[in-house]
Amino acid sequence: MPAASGRRSEPAPYPYLVVAAAWAVPGAGHLWLGRYQKGLALLVVLPLMFAFGLWIQGRIFPFQFDELLVGLAAIADVGIGLPYFVAKIAGLGAGQVIAITYEYGNTYVIVAGLLNMLAALDAFDIAMGRK
Amino acid sequence: MDTTSHLGLLVLFSAFVSIAFAVLMRDDVKEQVTFGAKLFGTFVGSAVLLGWLLYPLPL
Repeated sequence: MPAASGRRSEPAPYPYLVVAAAWAVPGAGHLWLGRYQKGLALLVVLPLMFAFGLWIQGRIFPFQFDELLVGLAAIADVGIGLPYFVAKIAGLGAGQVIAITYEYGNTYVIVAGLLNMLAALDAFDIAMGRK
Repeated sequence: MDTTSHLGLLVLFSAFVSIAFAVLMRDDVKEQVTFGAKLFGTFVGSAVLLGWLLYPLPL
């Protein structure tokens, strides 16, 4: 689905660096490219969603591809960027399988990562002058 | 906040996803608000509707 308005930007000099920054810090790519409103919204919403998922006993999945869905969930989890590594270092994301909110927490954490990947791709498109 | 309320968690999830999609897919703030509100309403409304449709099933 195309964006509603047709504002296009000039290609940025380092589009791959922009996409790396956008992955590492949610919203950073848009902030870099001068889309401050989008960048700030993503900077607040995505880490908050990730943190809330962990708070309600969501799990950070390990990279175990013998169980495909676990491996795919791990890839989605790491999509949030630096907050993933901060949570790992802080020992968060163990997940409580018996918690009533366990599956909800997983969903929050996974979708936060996927949305950040989408945001990084959007930043890449802007950096390439496509949007 | 009661973090064990399924409806509450659904509503909050819908809010997060709607905001992210609205911000990514629309450039104008007014359009973002309109699009986000529509998304949010569709998320919550379809979940409630599906819930009621599944209600008679013996599970």
